[in-house]
Amino acid sequence: MTNDMSQLFWMCSIGGILVFIIGIYCILVTFNLIRAIIGLELLTKTVTLFLILAGYVTGRTGLAQALAITLIVIEVVVIAIAAGVILCVFRHNKTIDVKLLRNIKG
Amino acid sequence: MTINIIIITALVTSALWTAMTVRLLRSAVGLAITSAILAILMFRLCSPIAAVFELSVCAGLIFAIFISAITVTGRITNEQIVLKKKLRLRRFWLLPVIVIIAAIVLTQIHFHAIFNLPAQPVENNVKIILWNMRHLDLLGQVVILLAGAFGVVILFKEWKND
Repeated sequence: MTNDMSQLFWMCSIGGILVFIIGIYCILVTFNLIRAIIGLELLTKTVTLFLILAGYVTGRTGLAQALAITLIVIEVVVIAIAAGVILCVFRHNKTIDVKLLRNIKG
Repeated sequence: MTINIIIITALVTSALWTAMTVRLLRSAVGLAITSAILAILMFRLCSPIAAVFELSVCAGLIFAIFISAITVTGRITNEQIVLKKKLRLRRFWLLPVIVIIAAIVLTQIHFHAIFNLPAQPVENNVKIILWNMRHLDLLGQVVILLAGAFGVVILFKEWKND
């Protein structure tokens, strides 16, 4: 592993960690359901970045890309289902603010 | 190396803007920009096919899903925006501080990674890996896509009936 590669790995890792912190903070602090999904999306972006980075430094870019593509497909389905659930919540409660959702059972 | 620093800084900045901005529409646009920057970074990390997927699916399809969800869940007035800005500032002022502190701490660490590269040449063609070696993944993707499609159809069907 060359010095340049090591440097690039560390720089991308720093970027990934920072995006992860932003995503976690976004999920923890927000009361809006759509913004919570946006936070989740930021977290999956970090995972994608680390997968590709791992493939790059170990020379297995093909395998990393295959896994990243699988992750992206799953991500789309999760977001589509979550958006549908949010629309249902909005239809029943006329709000997507978590603080105002009083009639959830359980 | 400078271009990589610029790309990574742009990635973190756009992610920060996505989380901090008041309007949901701008947040969705910020997410699409983050995806596009990540696609550039992936392209630079020798993963062009995954980068194309990221760009088309995450910056395109997911952006469209968010726009539909935001459009259906109603508009926000200018008075509400002013009120929300104050509340949001109160809750989110800590985030840039945490990000800056984390960035300073992480850049101070002198990291030297040692990875064991594969001894024998490995297959790096994505098509061969996907179709020949990871076919169970493909099957899983198809099943998940079908499950997702059914889920969305059921959720939106209920919406239509009302």
